[in-house]
Order: sequence, then C-alpha cells, then structure tokens
Amino acid sequence: MNPLATIVLLPLLAGTLLCFGLGRDNSPARRTLTVLAAGAVTVAALALLLSLAPQILAGQTLIAHTDWVPSLGLSIGWRLDGLALLFALLITGIGLLIVIYAHFYLAASDPAGKFYTLLMLFMAAMLGVVMSDNIMLLVVFWELTSVSSFLLVGYWGHKEEARAGARMALAVTGGGGLVMLAGFVLLGQVAGTYELSELLTRGDIIKADPLYPLLLGLILVGCFTKSAQVPFHFWLPEAMAAPTPVSAYLHSATMVKAGVFLLARLYPVLGGTDLFEGVVASFGLATVAFAAWVAIFKHDMKALLAYSTVSHLGFITFLIGLGSPLSAVAAVFHILNHATFKAALFMSAGIIDHETGTRDLRRLGGLYRLMPWTATFAMTAAAAMAGIPLFNGFLSKEMFFHEAVESTLPWGVAVPVIATLAGIFSMAYSVRLVHATFFNGVPKDLPPDAHPHDPPIGMLAPVALLAVLCVVVGVLPAITYGPLVHSAATALLGTAPPDYHLAIWHGFNLPLLMSAIAVAGGLALYFTLQKSFGLPGYTPQRWSGKASFTCLMDSLFAFSGRLTGRIENGSLQRSLALLVLLVLILAVAPFGAADRLPEAGSRTLLDAPPLAIVVWALLLAAGGTLVWTHHARFQAVVLTGVVGMVTALTFVALSAPDLALTQLSVEVVSTVLLLMGLALLPQTSPRESTSLRYGRDAALALAAGGGVAALAWLMLTRDHASISWFFLDNTLPGGGGTNAVNVILVDFRGYDTFGEITVLGIAALGALALLDGLRVKRPTVDTAGRAWSFEQQPLLLRVAARIVLPLALVVSAYIFWRGHNLPGGGFIAGLVTAVALVLQFMALGQARAESALHGAAGRRFSRWIGSGLAIAGLTGVAAFVFGKPFLTSAHGHPTVAVLGELPLASAAVFDLGVYITVVGATLLMLSVLGATSKENHG
Amino acid sequence: MNVSMEFLVASGIGWVTACGVFLMLRGRSFPVVLGLTLIGYAVNVFIFAMGRLWTGAPPIIGNGEVIADPLPQALVLTAIVIGFATTGFVIELALRSHHESGTDHVDGKEPGA
Repeated sequence: MNPLATIVLLPLLAGTLLCFGLGRDNSPARRTLTVLAAGAVTVAALALLLSLAPQILAGQTLIAHTDWVPSLGLSIGWRLDGLALLFALLITGIGLLIVIYAHFYLAASDPAGKFYTLLMLFMAAMLGVVMSDNIMLLVVFWELTSVSSFLLVGYWGHKEEARAGARMALAVTGGGGLVMLAGFVLLGQVAGTYELSELLTRGDIIKADPLYPLLLGLILVGCFTKSAQVPFHFWLPEAMAAPTPVSAYLHSATMVKAGVFLLARLYPVLGGTDLFEGVVASFGLATVAFAAWVAIFKHDMKALLAYSTVSHLGFITFLIGLGSPLSAVAAVFHILNHATFKAALFMSAGIIDHETGTRDLRRLGGLYRLMPWTATFAMTAAAAMAGIPLFNGFLSKEMFFHEAVESTLPWGVAVPVIATLAGIFSMAYSVRLVHATFFNGVPKDLPPDAHPHDPPIGMLAPVALLAVLCVVVGVLPAITYGPLVHSAATALLGTAPPDYHLAIWHGFNLPLLMSAIAVAGGLALYFTLQKSFGLPGYTPQRWSGKASFTCLMDSLFAFSGRLTGRIENGSLQRSLALLVLLVLILAVAPFGAADRLPEAGSRTLLDAPPLAIVVWALLLAAGGTLVWTHHARFQAVVLTGVVGMVTALTFVALSAPDLALTQLSVEVVSTVLLLMGLALLPQTSPRESTSLRYGRDAALALAAGGGVAALAWLMLTRDHASISWFFLDNTLPGGGGTNAVNVILVDFRGYDTFGEITVLGIAALGALALLDGLRVKRPTVDTAGRAWSFEQQPLLLRVAARIVLPLALVVSAYIFWRGHNLPGGGFIAGLVTAVALVLQFMALGQARAESALHGAAGRRFSRWIGSGLAIAGLTGVAAFVFGKPFLTSAHGHPTVAVLGELPLASAAVFDLGVYITVVGATLLMLSVLGATSKENHG
Repeated sequence: MNVSMEFLVASGIGWVTACGVFLMLRGRSFPVVLGLTLIGYAVNVFIFAMGRLWTGAPPIIGNGEVIADPLPQALVLTAIVIGFATTGFVIELALRSHHESGTDHVDGKEPGA
C-alpha cells in the first residue's frame, strides 16, 4: 500500500480497532496493553514519516491518488510536502508524548479503551486534514476532527461542564466547517478542480473571479472558528473541561492549528491580495492583543493557557495574513515553537492539578519547593511563552515584531504598538502563571490528602523533553527546526523564501527594543496588578462571545419549539389533512405553470354496455352511502365489501381474470378480518366533527378524487406504448407458459415477487408482534343485540364446511397447477385455500379450528411463512448450481404415462413458495386476531 | 349520447378515491381503516387502467389477436394481496392502540381530553 495512505490508515483502522478491542476490559493489564498498542501505532506512523522526511526536505512533494467518486470530483488523494510534513510530525510526535503522559494521568476508573480509541481517531483525522490532496476529502477529515474532539472534550460525560463545553466546541467548529464546505464548493466551481495540486497553480484565476470575496469569506469563517480567532474564540476556554492530555494535544498543538494550517495551505490560492491581508492580519492582530489581555485575569491555569493559546493563534494568523515571505517563515516557525512550549505547559498544569487537586492560581503557591523538577520544566516553557532570550519563543517573537514594524497594513503605527502591547500582556500572564504557582507563599485550602511532589517519570519525561527542546531550539534554531521550517515555508509560499537567518542575535534594532519593552512592561504590569489590585478577577461582559452564543442557541431552540408546536400539535388527524393538502398542491403546481391545460387524447373509446352503467351507479351509491352513514360501522364494512365487489367486476369485464379471482378471494378474507376487528372496537363512530371540519375534509376529498379522475381520464384516452409486448412475445418461448400475468410474476419479474411475498410475511409477523399475548374481552352481543358467535355451531354449516374443505383444496390445487397457462397461480390458490380454512374457523369455532391446524394462537403460522419464503428462495438459489443468475427458470414438457404431456417449469416450485407464504400470512392474521378476542361471559 | 367505459372507470376511480380520502380524515381508527381500503381499491384500478382498457382479451397467449397489457395486471395482483396484508396490519394496529390508550381516536386521546 502507498506509504502516505498507510500513515493515515494506521491510526484510523489499526489504532482505533486495537485500542477498542484491548480496552473493553479496564483491568490494569489491559490498560497497559491498550497504551502499548496506541504507542506502537503512533511510533509506526512517526517512523514512516521520518523515513519519507529526507525526500521532502530535499524539496520533493509526494502525491498519491485513487479515484473515489470521479463523477463528483471526489478522489482519495494524499499529499506530503513541507507544510504537511511539519504538521504530521507535530501530530505524531506530540501525539506519542500524550499517549505516554495520559497513561499516568488517567485515573484507574477512567476507561482507557475509550480514551485511546478516540485519541487514535482524532490523530487519524488530523493526519487526514494535513495530508489530503483533495479539498473535499479534507472537509471530511476536518469534520471528523470536530466530531472526535467533541467526544474527547466530553470524555468525562458525567460532568455538566464537560458536556456543555463539548457541545459548544462542536457547534462552533462543526458549524464553521459547514460554512467552509460552501466556500470549498465555490472554490472548486471557480477553479474547475478539487485537487490541491491543481488548485495551487490556479491562484490567479481564482483571485480574479468576482466570487473571490465570497468564497474567501466563507473559507475564513471555517479557519477562524477552528483556530479560535476573535470573535469565535469563546469555545476554546469552555473546552478546557476536557482531560488535560486532550487539552495539551488538541488545544495547543494540533486541532486549533488546523485553521492556521488551512490558511497556510491555501495561501498560494487565496493569499497575497489586499483583501486577504487586510482581513486575516487584522483579525489576527486583534486576537493577539485581546486574548493576551484577558489571559492575565484568568484564575484557572488551564483557562489562562487557553486564552494564551488564542493569543498565539492570532499571532500566527497575523503572520500568515501579511504578504511578506519572511512572515511566512516566522509563522511556520512559531507553529512549531508554540506547540513545543504550550504542550509542555498544559502537561505541567495537568501534573499540578493531579498533585494538588486544584488549578486555581489564587490557591496555589510555593510549589517550587515541593516539586522542583516540574517547576523547572514549566518555568522553562513559560519563559519560551513570554519570549525571553535563549528560549525558542523569543526568536519567533522577534520575527513577529519585525514584521509588525515592516507591515504595510493601513493601520500605520498602530500595528507595532498593538504588537508591543500584546508582548507586554504575554509577559504579564506568563509571569503570573509562574509566580502564582511556584512562588508567592504556600498553597492554600488544598484537599487534606494532597501531598504535592514530583510525578512519576512517565508523566514528567514528556514535559522534560519538550522543555529541553525549547532551550536547544532557542540556542541553535538553524540546525534544529531550520530545515523543516524552510521546507514548510517553501510549501506555504509556493516558492522558496529569500535568504534569512534563524539566529539569536540580529544586532541592536527596533524589534529588540520592543522585546525589551515587552519584558520590562510585562513584569511591571503584573506586579502592579498584583500589589495594588490583588488581581480582582476579570468578569466577562454581557456581550461576551460565550453569552451571545448561549443566547443565540436558546433563541434557536425556542424558535424551533414554537415552529414545531405550531405545525405539529400532536394530532395525527390534522397532520394527515395537511399531508393530503400538500400532495394536492404539489400535484397541481406543474399544471399551473404550464401554458395550457392538457386535453383528452384521441384513442378510440369502448362503448359502455347498459350493465356497466348500472354497476357504475351502484358504485356511486355504495360509496356515497358509505360516507354518509359510516358512523354505523357494521353497515360500513358491508358497503366497503360492495365497492370491492364492483372492483372485482371491473377486472372481469376488462380482461383481467387473474385479478378478478384475486380480488374476490381477498374480499372474503378481508371482510372477515374487518368484522373480527370490529367485534373488539366500539360499534359506532361518534358524530364529533364540526361542520367546518366536514367541509374542509369534503373539499380535500373531492379535490383529490377529482384530480385522480382527471389523471385517469387523460391517460385512458391516449394510446400507449408499453414494454409489455416484449413479455407477450417471450411468455411462451422464454417462460414456458401461456398465462402472461403468471409468467411475469414467477419468471420474468420473479425477483419482485420474491420481494413482495417477503413484505407480505413481514406484515403478518408485524401483526403477530402487535397482538401476541394480548387478550381483549369482547361483549357477547353487538349493540343491536345480535350475538357475535354461535351458542353451538350450526349443524348445516359444520357439515358444509366439512365437505367444502377437501373440495376447496382440490380446487386450489387445480388453480395452482393451471396457473402457468390459464388464470390462476400461487397467489390465487393460496387465497382460495385460506378462504376454505376461514370457513373452518367460522363453522368449528376458534378453539377447535386452532387445535386442528396446530395454530398456537397464530404463532405456528410464522413457520409456514418461513417455509414458503425458503422454498421460493431456494428455487432462486438453485439457478446458481447451473451457473445462472438468481431465479433463472427452466422448463420442459416431459411425457409421462397415464397423465400425458406435463408442462413442467421450475417456476412452479417458486409459485409453491408463494402459495405457502400467502396461506401462512392470511391464517396468521386471522388466527392472532381470533386468539386476542376473548368472550366476555361475566 | 354514448357513455364510454373509459369515462366510467375514470370517474369511478375518482369517486372511490374521494370517499377513501374523506374516511381517512376521520378521527376514529375504524373509518380510517375503511378509508385506506377504499384508497387501495382506487389505486389498484388506477394502475391496472394504465395498461388501457380491453374487453374480451385476457392476457393468455393463443387466445386471439388482441391481448390486454399483462404488466399492470401482474403489478396489481401482488398489490391486491399486499393491500390485504396492510389492511390486516392496520386493523390490528387499531386494536392495539385502542387497548393501550382506551380510546379509538387516532390521536390516542379523546378530543378535548
């Protein structure tokens, strides 16, 4: 398999499945196995990346493509260039440290399988985002990061704030992703491709298009929500309810960087215009200063770090927004630096929380004495965050100041001033973090069982490694991160950046002065706030992002509640009327739009004989009476039967003998069924509809009837071209029978019939499930005083039933047999048999008929349905033996002594299956209804 | 004036549909079941009529020159049987609902309750 696909698929398949399988049991041994599996998968992906790294650093771009849905422009395309490599190394590298750290962080009762499965899923999603070469594929992975982060933030689902934080993160980042998808669709339409490798060469076409501002805006919403830029920043602090390893991974190193990654990825396509620079850099700059200011006043360590992250993301966004090539170098360099020190700080916060039971800066203090190693590493990382010389953060901050001074943004001198202010604030919150945690007296109000000390090596080692990196990179940037930064910046810009030097010392210049002001100003600011005001907590204003989000969500819920309440008031009767109305509107609308109404066709019509007119009049009368007197239910059943009979007569008159036979036998069974049901329901319907409702329903009914009649008339007066003539030509040579209807059912369209008898079986089993075990007492007489059942079954009926049964069975065998050539077949034979058996129920009574048939209250008949379906299915499968497709039929006409020439077809066996299913389903429905109905003698 | 079979069939289908829809919109389950049955009849004849009307021409090969369109007939044959199964299912559903809610109103509660 292609190595690029393997890198993504390793965590996606191997990682999730292994962790899920091993972690189902939360015993200590299994927990260890789970973490080993997660670690091994991560190491494998990392090793694969490192093996490819030399080629990428040498300037190559690896691309692999497989078609997915070519008609939609979707392909599974992977891409590994400098930018993707930088992010992929971050994802797997920091990921490995998190896997180790989390093993020691999670409590023994936290399910490790769930955590690592989700972590692997997230890692795969992130790798997918950074390595996709198709922007639609990228969207899929993008949304997968939102979903998996939702699950990870909500890992401790029993906590209210975890659920709320997870929900908000999903709503903001997932919603932004949808907006971005719209932008991507526009982008693909404008560019004519969804492949990044082609898009990257078509920047000029896209930027010249009138849709460019719109698609840029849509895509930026996606990037800004994901990377928590003001005004979408508010979800990130709320997501701090996540377990700390999740925050360290998602909210410092990876997911929140997806937005800036996308900005960088699409820079050659979208970037470089005044619009891009103005919007992106301005939002970035506003975010840097605002979030850094807010961070100073946060009392929760993780909230402080979250706002700091927002600020640093703004830092990177600002740099990408600026047009200059050197700012691109600074941006990718800071992506690496920030991930390094911020992951270390989050992990330190997790250690402190773990050891002291609190993250509140007002209660912590003096921990330097109690946990010196943790303090040392955390302070190293904090120094990098503040931008102190000799630490890596200093280098990128210098470049940031340099770019701010050089910027061509229309805000003039405000840009370097805001940048310096942001530097002061960063220094202040970094100092606060260190001072309030490790110095400043002793810890206050700790839980009595807390004895803070340095954690086990497994928890400390990841922090240590990152802290050491901060220093090494700070001193020797060019030989550590240098090559990676160079190749990523090249990929970002589309061309190699001009000469630059990653070094500590650039001489005395303006950026150095700004750094000095930031450090001194930050110290002064913090200690002033500390001494004079005691850092009186910052309370969010009423118009804060979180409050407006909550308000928006609440009003959305209220609105949809009102809308639903208005449309759906719980009345099915009303919904059904609305449904009919909607169907009418949809059916009539096209005619309203047409130039003229369709007219009747010119087919030669059939003269109606007088008898037909009489039957028609009978139908009108029966229907009218039925509607008028439907409150008397028994009579309504009889009138419904009349309509059914007219239907059967219609089939007889119009050359459909098979249908007439079917309709007749169905009529008998369903009338019995309706009466059995009626015995258990009220005998009359109350007159409760208002005249308004009657009028409304009558109008709907007449409109529906009129529409159907008009449609039928338009069709019937036209000649038609039918595919049926093919069936007629092939019925005899291809199907071996002369009854075209039956041959179509069991041969040409046997597959459909198989489906239909399956539906029949399901309906019958559904009825069994509804009523099985239910016992309803029914009155012995109806409202008119007529008995529902015989005291003693009348002799004549018993005798008749006894004689009719064998006769009916013979008849149905005959109908079955001749069905292939003359009207008949499995359906009709099955119904005739069912009618004969129904007569037994009526003549012998429920109990005796049941015992004679071993019905077991209908349950036994499910076996009939099963056998019928099995026979039909096996006939179909038998065709496989002869190498033919499912349900291919065979037929022959062997001559047998005595009986003469026999028309035999394999379709007859299939029809037998149909027969058994029909008998089984019919009897099941009757039998289960009969069993439900208990005589009320009391 | 000669009345055509086509007219009788088309108007008959329309009338039965109208009766069916009206009953379907009633509040009690039993008329609704009857309404659905009526609509079933109308739909079956409608589909059947899409093969146009033929007299004295059953679709049996060798029965004469003109033969009715067999395809809609085959479709309707299974539709009739499935329509029966649905009627059975719906009436048993109505029973269950009556048993559970104590009313045979389709909304599961007496009007005004």
